[in-house]
Amino acid sequence: MKQVKHRNSASKILILGTVFLFTFFNPVYAQDAPAVDAAVATEASSGGDVAKGEELFKSLCAACHKRYKKMTGPALFGVADKYEKEWIYSWVKNSAAMIASGDAQAIAVYEEYNKTAMNAFPQLSNADIDNIVAYAMVPKADPPTPPPGTGSEVSESNGSGISVNVMLAILALVFLMLVVVLFLVNKTLRNFAEANNVVLPQSEGKTPIWKAFIENQFLVLVTVVLLMLASGYYVYGYFMQVGVDQGYQPVQPIHYSHKIHAGDNEIECKYCHSSARVSKTSGIPSLNVCMNCHKSISEVAEATATAEHSKEFYDGEIQKLYKAVGWDADSQSYTGKTEPVKWIRIHNLPDFAYFNHSQHVTVAGVECQKCHGPVEEMEVMYQFAPLTMGWCVNCHRETNVKVADNKYYEKIHKELSKKYGVDQLTAAQMGGLECGKCHY
Amino acid sequence: MKNTIKILAAAVVMICVVSCQNKSKPNYQYMPNMYEPVSYETYGDYKVFPDSQEAMLPVEGSIPRGWMPYEYENSNNGYLQAKDSLKNPIRYTKENEEAGKELYDIYCAICHGGKGDGKGTLVKREKILGVPTYSDVGRAITEGSIYHVMYYGINSMGSYASQTSEHERWQIVQYVQKLKADLEGKTPRIDTEVVEVVEVVVDEKHEEPANDHQEPAKDHSNAH
Repeated sequence: MKQVKHRNSASKILILGTVFLFTFFNPVYAQDAPAVDAAVATEASSGGDVAKGEELFKSLCAACHKRYKKMTGPALFGVADKYEKEWIYSWVKNSAAMIASGDAQAIAVYEEYNKTAMNAFPQLSNADIDNIVAYAMVPKADPPTPPPGTGSEVSESNGSGISVNVMLAILALVFLMLVVVLFLVNKTLRNFAEANNVVLPQSEGKTPIWKAFIENQFLVLVTVVLLMLASGYYVYGYFMQVGVDQGYQPVQPIHYSHKIHAGDNEIECKYCHSSARVSKTSGIPSLNVCMNCHKSISEVAEATATAEHSKEFYDGEIQKLYKAVGWDADSQSYTGKTEPVKWIRIHNLPDFAYFNHSQHVTVAGVECQKCHGPVEEMEVMYQFAPLTMGWCVNCHRETNVKVADNKYYEKIHKELSKKYGVDQLTAAQMGGLECGKCHY
Repeated sequence: MKNTIKILAAAVVMICVVSCQNKSKPNYQYMPNMYEPVSYETYGDYKVFPDSQEAMLPVEGSIPRGWMPYEYENSNNGYLQAKDSLKNPIRYTKENEEAGKELYDIYCAICHGGKGDGKGTLVKREKILGVPTYSDVGRAITEGSIYHVMYYGINSMGSYASQTSEHERWQIVQYVQKLKADLEGKTPRIDTEVVEVVEVVVDEKHEEPANDHQEPAKDHSNAH
């Protein structure tokens, strides 16, 4: 009976394994096929070169047009069915002249898009425009239907993590069984010995180790001293970390990834935190700054998604932004209904310490990362530095004052460096350790 | 056996205590009275404000110090007027150009590219497309139109008025014009009398290391 069961499970594993293997092949075909079909279809239907058109479209038109979605201007898919070729040529080359001449279609479009003038592109030839139209007329590729393989793929990608856990569990189980077996063997051997009247040697007469320890007063003294030292160390450590928020990583209302923005896309810190240049506070950007880019970026690319956060998750976060700022993506306009995004402040100095961003960022030219750590690698922002006084003072002692191109420092630097007999003054020698600099 | 149970229980309690250190909550403070400000702090959360947000738009009609009204309206007409008649009030000096470059690299280069050819990082990564080069014939940007677009934004480009000051925007205008001239193969404008001054300063800087210790008096006179 048992053997039959085993054979069954083995065949099940085999079948599952082959299914699993086959799922790997599916996505390859699923993605390639429609794209090729579509390209072939359009090459035949219109005269333009899709590839050249794509290049031109992306460099010239994409600022205001998408193919399948309304943007600043209309969606361009289907444009060749709506208008005559000649009309499109003259519109692209100089739309303003057409509107001025009273062309009915031109005026209709102009009115529909709130009298937004389209730039003139006199540099485009008719062939160029044909290419662009050909690209615009490529029908939307079906969203890659989640092939049956995706489910197993996900589990496969997580598989390495799971298998490590499983292995650990199995190892733990094996050890447990070994221990149990050891006890059992010991017990049976003892029983065996008893049954055979073998007298087991008894370890008696020795004082137990704890009694010996207590009787040795020197040892007790040393232990007590060691214990006190250790507990003192831990108590000191505990009290010293009170009020220090290093590693503080709250959950923000919108999952904003510094890794994607500052890391992958290399956006300057000061693009969003613009007031760090000129004021005490490094500003949390108002939502209009987000919308500078997210007006045109309404969803993340497939490649942005990670095992941890899916594309749907990120797209949802962008929708949160749209909701907060009151942006209606369909009509490409603001509704006026806004709600605040209550970001949770991470870096927070106590009220008795004064810190000014502009002084450090603009005057001293300190890199943001010096205090905030590798922000460009942080998926979720956390406090990198302890922000304690010792930490501040240490940096002031080590960092030289940046005097180059700063007339303000010229004289004082010269005199102080003569006084201290050094070439380069540190911030500390310039008065960076005086109490009143930060506490007043 | 009882002992092992006790030890296990103790271990469980210890693990609980250690694992309860929550990263998403701020730590305890010794004297919260000294840590928490009495006054309202920037970006603070206080009930007295609407939505309990300290960060609010300025009251309508309020004018920041040093602010001057911008006379062109946010429309096609305003754009065309600014393009024709608005002129850059700052002098085209090297310093202004460098300041402009620094700001340009922060705010503009991410899309428009370090050279102004419309190939910034976001464009190369195909996040934002269709950024024109500054030498685009159809647009034919001028100092007035550059400033106008920075002030109000245009089409997909947002306004940068909240991130930059008036003076900074004009510095960026100068740098954008320099990039445009570079792209078109022309020489960028630098106001002539200023160029001489800049050259003198540069010369002095070259000499300075040598004279550093010998002639402190001369350097003092420069500082004033």
